[in-house]
Amino acid sequence: MSRLSVSIPGLELKNPIMPASGCFGFGDEYAKYYDLSKLGAIMVKATTADMRYGNPTPRVAETPSGMLNAIGLQNPGLETVMANQLPSLEKYDVPIIANVAGSTVDDYKRVCERIGDAPNVKAIELNISCPNVKDGGIAFGTSAQVAAELTAAAKSVANVPVYIKLSPNVTSIVPIAKAVEEAGADGITMINTLVGMRIDLKTRKSVLANGTGGLSGPGIKPVAIRMIHEVSHAVDIPIIGMGGVSTVDDVIEMYLAGASAVAVGTMNFTDPYICPKLIDELPSKMDELGIESIEQLIREVKEARQ
Amino acid sequence: MKQEMMEIVNQVELAPRIFEMTLRGDLTQEMVTPGQFIHIRVPREDLLLRRPISLAEVNHGDKTCKIIYRVEGDGTKVFSECQIGDKLDCLGPLGNGFDIEMVEKDDVVYVIGGGIGVPPLYELGRRLKEKGATIYFLNGFASKDVMYYEEEFSALGQLHIATDDGSYGVKGHVGMLIDKVKPVTGEPKAIFACGAPGLLRAVETTFIDHPHVYLSMEERMACGVGACYACVCQSKKDPKVNKKVCDEGPIFKAGDVII
Repeated sequence: MSRLSVSIPGLELKNPIMPASGCFGFGDEYAKYYDLSKLGAIMVKATTADMRYGNPTPRVAETPSGMLNAIGLQNPGLETVMANQLPSLEKYDVPIIANVAGSTVDDYKRVCERIGDAPNVKAIELNISCPNVKDGGIAFGTSAQVAAELTAAAKSVANVPVYIKLSPNVTSIVPIAKAVEEAGADGITMINTLVGMRIDLKTRKSVLANGTGGLSGPGIKPVAIRMIHEVSHAVDIPIIGMGGVSTVDDVIEMYLAGASAVAVGTMNFTDPYICPKLIDELPSKMDELGIESIEQLIREVKEARQ
Repeated sequence: MKQEMMEIVNQVELAPRIFEMTLRGDLTQEMVTPGQFIHIRVPREDLLLRRPISLAEVNHGDKTCKIIYRVEGDGTKVFSECQIGDKLDCLGPLGNGFDIEMVEKDDVVYVIGGGIGVPPLYELGRRLKEKGATIYFLNGFASKDVMYYEEEFSALGQLHIATDDGSYGVKGHVGMLIDKVKPVTGEPKAIFACGAPGLLRAVETTFIDHPHVYLSMEERMACGVGACYACVCQSKKDPKVNKKVCDEGPIFKAGDVII
């Protein structure tokens, strides 16, 4: 075990940094920039049972220290992802977390049943919180009961551990976190984007063709920290924290809130090298703060809560 | 394709709100195809998204390239306030660029641009000139005030200009320039265009069965490298397929995508 390594269900991470789903394509796009084996893991773009065309453009808008997106889960569908996208990641020494989305419980089950067979797919991230699709996504993530039922359904067919990606667009996130834990979730990933909107002053219409979109970037980090803090006090399963991470300070802050690993989203677009940079900078930040190892930090945060 | 802090070695306002910036760096050695773009980080912390800006001129000898941009929002405003000696975080070159392989010496080609779509056509023109092509530049602007690079384009080929308000050249749009030039030249060997969707549609419609029509598309981007799926356009052949402008474009063959 190195001082950066982390062990969570299904995932032996050599370091705790991974690109978040939707912000790294299916991985190959960034392989032109650096060796993907350097990453702790890769959370690939959402896969649905059938191909999804996505939303009309414009799909992105800039906000202060953030961005709105309304991609709409565009992807080529399970069979194409299995045949074309995931095998190309086999050459890298990096575990893959497959993000799974759907419109119905059966859709989710179809993908969960198959996707763990793909090379290097060591865990599933169940996307019950996409704010940009009408027929599913967030609808599953805003009710504790529905989220629990979907979690149980996914667990019944998946052959790899299942992490549930929680939505921040709820009155209280804790009951949903508890419900998915009780339903058998192996871990939680949080937070997904916050629903937001921008209006063009000249046209007086929404900047995004979809009307609303998901807000991400450093602007949402305090919301993520607060929610991870709340949920980590309520559940025992590990949390992969995300939401506005852009520096090693943010990585440590996620740990202090209660995360066990950290995903980087929007900042991949600003700086394609952000993940390897954070991995390189982490040891000296740990030295500076007197942190012996990431596992030790996780234990200390847990003990401080008791 | 890589990331580099390129140094600003010159910045000139060509017309109101339209700036020409010269950047120097090793990245220029990778800029080999006209029509490609660089993705520039705005040197302001709260502006997260890079700005895709096409390459207007590349000079491998002195490791410089020129970009021409219009101040439209906060990001381009920040660029316009940058000083000589400042460095900008550039990623690139990105995108596929114009295919000019089929063009041979003395071939007649049309290079058609509108407004802020004109810049990448200058580097394209330089490459076509090197091949010995006979180039007709058909450029459209809103008015004489916002016109630029008249001398530069004229040095490479025959330049025709249209302005919306008739303040310079032909009053109207570039379609009128095509109507004016085509009877003289006959069918061109290839047509290259960059500009607003209306311009691109007009070019596509005019040369509907022509085998060599290349159009540069624009769409709002986030990553610029094909990862975020923000800047898509719809395939014309298969409406179920989206094509990524940053990665599979920005140059598409006419008929490939819905404009």
